[in-house]
Order: sequence, then C-alpha cells, then structure tokens
Amino acid sequence: VKALRYPVLGMLTLLFISPLVFMVGTSFKTAGEATATPPTLVPGSPTTQAYRRILDAADTPVFQWFLNSLLAASAHAVLVVVTAALAAYALARLEFRGKRVIFAVIITTLFVPPVILVIPNYEIVGRLYWLDTLTAIIVPTAASAFGVFFLRQFFLQLPRELEESAFLDGANRWQVFTKVILPLSKPALATLALLSFLTNWNDFLWPVYVLFSPENRTLQAGLATLQSANSVRYDLLMAGAVVASLPVLLLFMFAQRYVIEGVSRSGLKG
Amino acid sequence: MATDTVDSGSSISPVESRKVPKTGGSGSGRREDLAAWLFLAPYLALFFAFILVPIVLGLWISLHNWDFTFDNKPFVGLQNYQGLIDPGSVAFDPFWDSMQATGIFTVFSVPLLLVIPLAVAVVMNQRFRGRTIVRAVFFAPYVLGVAVIGLLWRFLLDTNIGAVNSILGAVGLPDSTAWLSSLPAVWVSLVGVTVWWTLGFNAVIFLAGLQDIPGELYDAAKVDGASSWQTFRNVTLPGLRPVTAFVTMITIIASANMFGQSYIMTDGAPGQQTRTAIFYIAETGLTNFQMGRAAAASWILTLFLMALSVLVFAFFRDRTEGAAS
Repeated sequence: VKALRYPVLGMLTLLFISPLVFMVGTSFKTAGEATATPPTLVPGSPTTQAYRRILDAADTPVFQWFLNSLLAASAHAVLVVVTAALAAYALARLEFRGKRVIFAVIITTLFVPPVILVIPNYEIVGRLYWLDTLTAIIVPTAASAFGVFFLRQFFLQLPRELEESAFLDGANRWQVFTKVILPLSKPALATLALLSFLTNWNDFLWPVYVLFSPENRTLQAGLATLQSANSVRYDLLMAGAVVASLPVLLLFMFAQRYVIEGVSRSGLKG
Repeated sequence: MATDTVDSGSSISPVESRKVPKTGGSGSGRREDLAAWLFLAPYLALFFAFILVPIVLGLWISLHNWDFTFDNKPFVGLQNYQGLIDPGSVAFDPFWDSMQATGIFTVFSVPLLLVIPLAVAVVMNQRFRGRTIVRAVFFAPYVLGVAVIGLLWRFLLDTNIGAVNSILGAVGLPDSTAWLSSLPAVWVSLVGVTVWWTLGFNAVIFLAGLQDIPGELYDAAKVDGASSWQTFRNVTLPGLRPVTAFVTMITIIASANMFGQSYIMTDGAPGQQTRTAIFYIAETGLTNFQMGRAAAASWILTLFLMALSVLVFAFFRDRTEGAAS
C-alpha cells in the first residue's frame, strides 16, 4: 500500500492542480485558441488581450469589481472581528445574568440554514436604502456566530493571572481587554479575519440579487454578468476568473496555516 | 497612560494577585452586568437586526401576499403554504421539482463528501514527505468562489470544446456527452464539481478529529494484533463520531443550499431539472418579487432540514449507545 501512495497522491494532485493551470493558461490565449479543439494547456501565442478587454469595459468593469470586492471583504472582516471579539470576551470572562441563554441562542444560529434569512434580509436592506450598495454586502452577514464561538474558545484558554495582575495595577475592563487580551490573541484574530475575508469575497447568491448596477457589483456577482455578456468567450471568462482567484489564492499561499487551522478548529467541540 | 499601569503589572507578586475578587458581591455583580452588555452590544445589534428579526419577519412575510415593490401587502394567512402544498396549484410543480433537484443533489453529494474526505484525511494523518503541500493542494479549490469554480468547470465540461470530452476521446471513451444539459450526466457534473471544490474543507476537519484520537488507543490495538481495517472500525470511527456528526450536519446544510453551481453551470438545464430549491426561492422572491411565496418555500425547506438534523443526531446517538453496550 505504501508503494502506491506517491503515484495515487500524484494523480490526485494533478486532478486538483491542472484545472487551475488550464484556467490561467486560457486567460492568456487569443479568442480563437481558447475554444480550439483539442484544447492546449499552454497558450501558443500568449497575449494579455483578454485582460485588457475586460478590466475597464463599461458593462463589465472587472477592475472596479475587484476594488469593490476588496473594500467589501476588508470592511466585513474588520466588522466581524471587532464585534465578535467584544462579545466573545464578555462571554468568556464576565459574569452576568442571562449569559448562558445568550450564548446558547448565538450557538443555535450556527445551524440555522442561511436560506431562511434571504427574503426577510432583502426586505430589511431595502428599508435601510442599502440595496445596490456595498453596505448590503458588508453588514448583514457580519453577526458571525462562528466568530464568537471561535474567539470565546481562544479567550477561555488564556491564563487568568495576566488579567488579574493588570487589575491589581488599577486597569479597568476595557484596558485589560485592549492591552492584555487582544495582543495575546493575534493568531486567533488573524484567523477569523482571514476566514471572514474569504467568505465575503466568495459570497455569491446575495450579491447577485442585491447589487444591480454594473459598477456596484462585487467580483463573484460580476462573473455572472460577465458570463451572460460573453457566454462563449472563454478567454474573457477565464481572465475574469483569474482576477477573482488571485487575491484569495495569494492569501491562502501566505497564510495557509491560519486558514486551515481555523477551519479544522471549527469541527472540534462541534 | 493605560499601557504603563498594565506593563508594571508584571512586578506584582503572584501572592498578591490571588487576592483579586472573583466578582462575588451584588454590587460588583451589577457593574459586571453593565460592562458585559456594553461588550455585547455591537454584536447583539447586528445579531438582532440581521438574524433574529429576519427569522420572525420571514414567517410574517410568508403569511402575506408580499411584493417588495408594492405598498399594499395583504394578509393571506396560510395561502402561500397551501399554494405550495396543493397539487392543483400553479406553484406546486415548480416548487417540488426544485425540492426534488435539491434532494437528488444532497443524496448523492453528502455520502461522497463524507467518505472521500475521510479517506483523504486518513492518508494525510500518516507521516510522509510533502504532506503539507498535498494538504494545501486539496484545500486550494475551496478558497475559490463558486462563480470561479462554476465558470471554470462549465468550460471544462463543454460538450464540444471542453477538455473533459477531449481527454475522454483521446483515451477512446465516448467524447460527446452533454455534461451540462443531459440527464443523468448533469448530476454527475454538479456533484463531481462540488466534491472537487469542497472535499478539502471536510478533509481538514476530519484530519483535526483524527489528530485528537489518543495515540494509546492505536498502540493498544497494535498490541491486540488488530488488522488495520479492524483498527479503523474499532478505534478510528468511534473516535471520530462527534466530528463525523458535525461534518454530516454542515455538509447536509451546504448541499441543501446549493445554488451557484446550478446558476452558473447549467442555469437549471435540462429544462428546469437542475433548478434547486434555493434557485427557485431566489427567483420567486427576488426576481419576481413574490416574496410571500418565497418565504413560505424557505420555511418548508427549513422544516425538511430540521427533520433531517433530528434524524442525523438520532443516528449518531444510537451509534454511541451501541458502542457503549
């Protein structure tokens, strides 16, 4: 069995990598070569014409979408981390009436299927005049039950002595939180920020329906527009897909450990 | 400055630090109450506005003839639900066809998304060179959005110019399958692509579960002369039970919420066969603005999911008792 390990893993790795290589390759092909049969893995005469065509097109402004996604996902990640960290600290360290109930209610919503929220949240976002704005992408999904759960677990295992000595020095709760707890929690905060960024960057259904103007779309929703505008121009579609993948793949390459550990931690104590 | 006071804390002796009261008296208790609610306030504001209120508002909308674009939203009682449940109604067929599509997708994707990631995790749990790289490779598709995955595979699975049919043709297999518009091939495509996309996510959770199983259990099994299959059956699987229950649950929820793959890859083709329940709900509620009916449909889907969760939990609890006896 051991002898088979590398051949089998090699095949599987190929199965996972080659579609991505093909996507990048196609984005540098001419329109004709992109749809030629049999397909080529590496472009015969590499060109950036697909990128130049889509990046600032009026109906499919891919570069604008890129900026929108970057702004939305970053703001969303900050909002998730700030609100979850504050709430998680209260739930981990403070004694107050109703603590158990609040924690139980928050955790229960981990298992609420998101579909139940789509229609009413559209109504709410409409009433707030957030339709067709990035606020609709940043805020409504920011109450992260996973974030609260994840950070609470992390805060619980920090030694209490550090806080206690700070209290003896006359620090108040807020100072203890910002000067003692948060600096010690950087890895956990970074993990949550990364996961929130990824989730928001890749969110699809909600932005497809909530953002309608071409210039207001995020990349994922924009790719759907790009597809309906150029249904068989696979050179253009793959260029759009590459632009949408690049930041998250880079983030994943450099912060792989945080992403994977964050995900793997989500299953423990589940 | 606050920094100074905190930094000098390190000079306090451990004896003194033990004297810090653990919030016993009613006076300090009240002050902690206030602090706690202030810490919770920003999160709870979002939680109320965009999770709790919508859950109730969704029920309310489902009892009305609710069109977002009209001011008049008459109360209709259970009419939206009746329309979806009564076989004579015009809404019946589209809704249940979409529920069937979601059902087919869930039935085929969930077992594959349990068995394959578990196998991958077992392999990854062994020590070998390049393990970290292989783990990253399996996980990589998951960091891409469904729109990217959908566009990429729509291209690869294209009947005429797709790489998949080209490769099949090159090795002498049928090379003209309409992967995105004929039954049952379209289900193979949607399930296969989803497994390819999310396998790494489940595998990583299983892997963490495997690493939590105490090594002594494996040593004991080895001493008893258990075969590797016996070890897997009697040590690995029982040790993974809570993790497996969790992965089963989140995979069912994710599968039942499948939308993007259909939207991008098939647009519901052939006919409306691969239009999933979420696709139906989004179109009915957010394109045609029949929000009452769409809200009712999402509650029916949610009830199915809740029933399914009860079954999943019962299944895993029974297993626990069986193993204990």
